[in-house]
Amino acid sequence: MQKSLHIDPSKCTSCLQCEMACSFENYGVFNNSLSRIKVFDFHHSGAKVPYTCTQCDEAWCMHACPVEAIKLDKDNGAKVVLEDVCVGCKVCTIACPFGTVNYVAETGKVQKCDLCGGDPACAEACPTGAITYVDANWTGLERMRQWADKLGNQTA
Amino acid sequence: MAWTRKILRVNLTDRTCKSEPLNMDWARDYLGQRGLATKYLVSEIDPKVDPLAPENKIIWATGPLTGTMASTGGRYSVVTKGPLTGAIACSNSGGYFGAELKFAGWDMVIIEGRASSPVYLSIENDKAELRDASHLWGKTVWETEGQIKSEHQDPQVRVSCIGRTGENGVLYAAIVNDLHRAAGRSGVGAVAGSKNLKAIAVRGTLGVGNIANPKEFMKVTFEKKKILKENAVTGQGLPTYGTQVLMNVINEIGAMPTRNHQDVQFEGARKISAEAMHEPRESDGKAQLINNQACFGCTIACGRISKIDETHYTVVNSPKYWGASGGLEYEAAWALGCANGVDDLEALQYATMLCNEDGFDPISFGATIGAVMELYEMGVLTKEEVGIEAPFGSAKALTYLTEITARSEGFGKIIGLGSKRLCEKYGHPELSMSVKGQEFPAYDARGVQGMGLTYATSNRGACHLRSYTISSEVLGIPVKTDPLTTEGKPALVKAFQDATAVVDSSGLCVFTTFAWALSDIQPQIQAACEGDWSMERLDLMGERIWNMERQFNNAAGFTRKDDDLPKRLKTEAAKVGPAKGLVSGIDKMIPEYYDLRGWDQEGRPTEDTLSRLGL
Repeated sequence: MQKSLHIDPSKCTSCLQCEMACSFENYGVFNNSLSRIKVFDFHHSGAKVPYTCTQCDEAWCMHACPVEAIKLDKDNGAKVVLEDVCVGCKVCTIACPFGTVNYVAETGKVQKCDLCGGDPACAEACPTGAITYVDANWTGLERMRQWADKLGNQTA
Repeated sequence: MAWTRKILRVNLTDRTCKSEPLNMDWARDYLGQRGLATKYLVSEIDPKVDPLAPENKIIWATGPLTGTMASTGGRYSVVTKGPLTGAIACSNSGGYFGAELKFAGWDMVIIEGRASSPVYLSIENDKAELRDASHLWGKTVWETEGQIKSEHQDPQVRVSCIGRTGENGVLYAAIVNDLHRAAGRSGVGAVAGSKNLKAIAVRGTLGVGNIANPKEFMKVTFEKKKILKENAVTGQGLPTYGTQVLMNVINEIGAMPTRNHQDVQFEGARKISAEAMHEPRESDGKAQLINNQACFGCTIACGRISKIDETHYTVVNSPKYWGASGGLEYEAAWALGCANGVDDLEALQYATMLCNEDGFDPISFGATIGAVMELYEMGVLTKEEVGIEAPFGSAKALTYLTEITARSEGFGKIIGLGSKRLCEKYGHPELSMSVKGQEFPAYDARGVQGMGLTYATSNRGACHLRSYTISSEVLGIPVKTDPLTTEGKPALVKAFQDATAVVDSSGLCVFTTFAWALSDIQPQIQAACEGDWSMERLDLMGERIWNMERQFNNAAGFTRKDDDLPKRLKTEAAKVGPAKGLVSGIDKMIPEYYDLRGWDQEGRPTEDTLSRLGL
């Protein structure tokens, strides 16, 4: 079963545990500026929204890469940057419609979410369930369940 | 080691920024944040210094767990000699600034001297420089943060700054970061203002990587986060209701200081409670509360994000206040509400926004308004003097007085002196509900006896956060004690004071202690910091920090008579509720407390005590 990260912004408190988990998993350091997932805090509305790569099937970044440094991990569907192949040309960062692949000046390579090889640290660290790792075919299951509950259990 | 081992020393007079190594011997004895910054301060300034003179210093300090994945690991403290009290001042704050400072590679920033014109400190990792802030002077906290982000062309820069009250010397001006998190008490903002320091802006991309035992640290912090989640207070009460969860609870037990401590229950408490913040308003059918927000790394998330009623008289013509903003915390709701008999939830939200916007402590401010209203009702203060009719219960008076205090206009200048100086000025010093010049927070010392001792002996003046015995006396954490008796309270207060001093020095938030004992924090410190961090060592450290602060205050001129409560709490009994007929038993508790502390009956640590603690 393929799984995917599922984000429910209404549950996010902007604690940034996900960002730290990401940087620690990938770099062994707590450093939000190196995180591949970012939480955006919209002060005016109070909304807090975690955002990261959704692992497009037809991945723009992968197609744009001139040196084939972005590969599909067949086990989990992640598009993975091969650091030793990446030349830091940043074309993928232009190609990505969502901005979720980014250059890292310190390494001279790009980085993006690789689902931590199938066990994403951000989802494990999220204390509120705003980030979960679920069946890719059923990311809407929880929302369906809530509406089903309304239909079956809460109608007069 | 979770320290960066680097201190930034900034001399405003000479306009220099220098890096120096952290004194690791001191770090081992005082950990970080409150303890370590206080050690630096007391070693470097004369205890008798005028708090607003260039010779005073002010320190921004992180702890070893700041900027890590330990839950709530985002705290920083501002330590200085406080102008409201003349005592040691240590105010701590959450939000995201503390972690960012650590990520930039600094454990601490020590500010010395006074700039000849307004400046702000800009830090980008190891690059630190003073920049002109003439154009920021006169701006609010919110404007300042917005402008700095825009000028730096970096939305990710974090700002810790003062508003107009700090510039104007309001004696309880705060230092605010991330728009609505504050190092709130004792007037630390006025010290920054006296130095012509408007802000510290920091961007850190180095991170915290030097954890002594990373694997163990991840394991133990994960386990401890689970405890917070499963605990009723930290897992449900605080995230759902925030600290406002206490409003109805404290009112019911008759410990709600009302109308300048004339009463111990407030008939309007329900209308300004957490529950009320959740209810749809009559005007627009929306609840005031939008959602909750965490500080950096916090898995509790007690912070409130609220939206004021756009049709309320305070903001109907001011759309800038209509967006989501920091909401009411219990202490603010109490001080702005109960202390003044005001039960208009929207007026309180407006007042709390102004406190954030211009950076002043809603506790001291609200409590000072309580004294103003009492003096007004006595006929000592008049409408002409105050600028408005100001009886208890007047929301209009509260919001008007908040506005003029934020701008330091007219009578607002006198309100900005705090209740002690204000009440003295009008010939009624007994009406200031304060200790060492700092106003009480939201628990009546007649209804919760341990809190009376907490206030009387707190090193920064009246404060609930130095030994929050409400945990034990009301919530039963870790064991239930009777709030109405003085028995056993000196030992309880001492134990809480010492443990809290350690928490405040670690980088973690004291709210974790609703669920965690110090023994839950100890393994997190042990995994992060190299060396031996046994419970015995931490216990001793807490006591050492407490005594160090006490020594500073004693040297600053404080004596036993300053460890006391206002006459009202000792002679006017609670009129209703479980504490009916009771006054504070503070006079009984003090001698026993001094004994337990190893102090003489003048409140001075004995030679034995000092040598036992290595002071």
